[in-house]
Amino acid sequence: MTDQNSSSPPPSAHDENEPTRRDFLFLTAAGMAAVSVGSIAWPFIDQWNPAKDTLALSSTEVDVASLQEGQAITVMWRGKPVFIRHRTQKEIDEAKAVDVTALRDKQTDDERVKKPQWLVMVGVCTHLGCIPLGQKTGEVKGDYDGWFCPCHGSHYDSSGRIRKGPAPKNLEVPQYTFVSDTLIRIG
Amino acid sequence: MGSNSDRKPFNNKTIEWIDQRLPIFTMLDKEYGKFPTPRNFNYFWNFGAIAMFMLVTMIVTGITLAMHYTPHANYAFDSVERIMRDVNFGWLIRYIHMNGASFFFIAVYIHIFRGMYYGSFKQPRELLWILGVTIFLLMMATAFMGYVLPWGQMSFWGATVITNLFSAVPIVGPGIVEWMWGGFAVDNATLNRFFSLHFVLPFVIAAVVFLHVWALHVTGSNNPTGLDVKGPQDTLPFNPYYTIKDLFGLIVFVAVYAMFIFFMPNALGHPDNYIPANPLVTPPHIVPEWYFLTFYAILRSIFFDFNPIMLAGFGGIGYYVAKVVWDKNRTDYFSTRNLIILGVSGFLTLVGFVGAFFPQLHIPLTNMVIIEAKLGGVLAMFGAVGLLFVLPWCDTHPVRSARYRPLYKAALLFFVAIVLLLGYVGAMPAEGIWPWIGLAATGYYMAFFLVILPILSKHEKALPLPASIAQAVLDEQAAKAAKLAKKGA
Repeated sequence: MTDQNSSSPPPSAHDENEPTRRDFLFLTAAGMAAVSVGSIAWPFIDQWNPAKDTLALSSTEVDVASLQEGQAITVMWRGKPVFIRHRTQKEIDEAKAVDVTALRDKQTDDERVKKPQWLVMVGVCTHLGCIPLGQKTGEVKGDYDGWFCPCHGSHYDSSGRIRKGPAPKNLEVPQYTFVSDTLIRIG
Repeated sequence: MGSNSDRKPFNNKTIEWIDQRLPIFTMLDKEYGKFPTPRNFNYFWNFGAIAMFMLVTMIVTGITLAMHYTPHANYAFDSVERIMRDVNFGWLIRYIHMNGASFFFIAVYIHIFRGMYYGSFKQPRELLWILGVTIFLLMMATAFMGYVLPWGQMSFWGATVITNLFSAVPIVGPGIVEWMWGGFAVDNATLNRFFSLHFVLPFVIAAVVFLHVWALHVTGSNNPTGLDVKGPQDTLPFNPYYTIKDLFGLIVFVAVYAMFIFFMPNALGHPDNYIPANPLVTPPHIVPEWYFLTFYAILRSIFFDFNPIMLAGFGGIGYYVAKVVWDKNRTDYFSTRNLIILGVSGFLTLVGFVGAFFPQLHIPLTNMVIIEAKLGGVLAMFGAVGLLFVLPWCDTHPVRSARYRPLYKAALLFFVAIVLLLGYVGAMPAEGIWPWIGLAATGYYMAFFLVILPILSKHEKALPLPASIAQAVLDEQAAKAAKLAKKGA
């Protein structure tokens, strides 16, 4: 008995405010658990982001040589339609004449084109993602001689800028370059 | 010693053998056999059981359809057509599932109305109500993803419009949308994950339904008088009285459901969904399924940006509502100070609107956008569902049932009319007068919860209440007898 008593540690004179070994172990264990949960959760969240094969389809080339003035084509880029329009002088003049300060998304026509006769933009309404009408001859072009989204009634002008209706932004201009005078690379 | 000590033995030996080991029969007898249930239920009380039946129907037909369906953008449409044409009885199972979604929502909407009309959401059933609204929210998500699966034009464009809602979130919005799509547009990745979620969410719903029913069995059912049960004279055992009444209501409901399945299976759907999805052509008129039209109309009712002047006006009105309307002890609605607050904020709101709709006037600050129209619409739509969650705190009137609250009854029935009107507006193109009607109706929807209910809670004088449920039943019978006697005489 005496032997046992002498070998055991003295009764702890534990100060209430002093953290104990148990507190330390508890906190480090909880911290490790939080890190583990976070690091295992991230793969399950990130797997929803675009996969590598999806990301790989990120550029496309379009030959616009055959496109006459006043004509437009729609090409697919990353699963979205891209509108390419060979604008008429009238459309260019209309786009330039607009008072930019009165616009919802203030952009001049020059900021939206590389060459005034070629308007290249993503053909997806910035409201809720519908495809605006106005590409084909005979389609409704809205009140501003551009595009009209049939879903919720957004009107875009001949520079693809939002003029009326619920859409918050102008039609997006994607990154593109003129590889030659008539070959456009989008993306 | 287990938790199974105060059990009464069953006569049947097999049942007794099982019940000793797992007292499932004791539980069923307690919760569905003897369970004391108010004796005065009307047919509105059928719709909980009917909704439960619809959930089971949807799970059974859904699992069956999944055995034949291919969740791939190239094959989904064709696999659904194959179910319709080639799979034995595939047409029947699909039509049961397709119309089942509509009838599930019909049952749930009536069930929600019942809860609102008879004050079932009030103390002590607030959590029961919140679990119910949670089920409704999960149902909306499940139904939306299910509608995407046939990969028709409405599937594709419905998915595009609804996922794009999240792009309204400032800064992270576009990232969230690409995350949900798994690409840069709604595509195969989206379809595949929606199928997975559409399969699993119904089981989550079933779990929340279990909690909902559990909470119901803790508090006991409300009833048409809204009075608390005071003793055995107020109740009947659940079986056979309400098992049979529920069964009868269910048969009538299923008869109507069957009429749709067999005679007009596509009446509630949209023909455009029989056109395969085409990412290059938006249908001229995108409409959601009928059960979402009200919320869709609220989404579209905010068709203008919020400028600082407008928001200042709304802020003033909000301050008035929070400080004066919601304060239980205040009745000085029209004191000079409060009239000034209301007048100034009303004027600011008006100026904000004029500036927003006539930009050529160049009213200062009105061309500044604080909340985009799109975000405003999304906030209004989620707010409309969110208000259902807080209903128990909007309406704090001590009397539950609208039977004894004529003003609440009128406001609620008008609210129902507004919800139906919004549904109609949601189906109309967003042109001409419709967005304005939608805006006004959305205004009433919000005001019903935030202004009308708190005011009625403070001031409405209820009609005299019957002494008890039993007394109410006896009074009703006496009134009926008197009426008959008068007719005879």
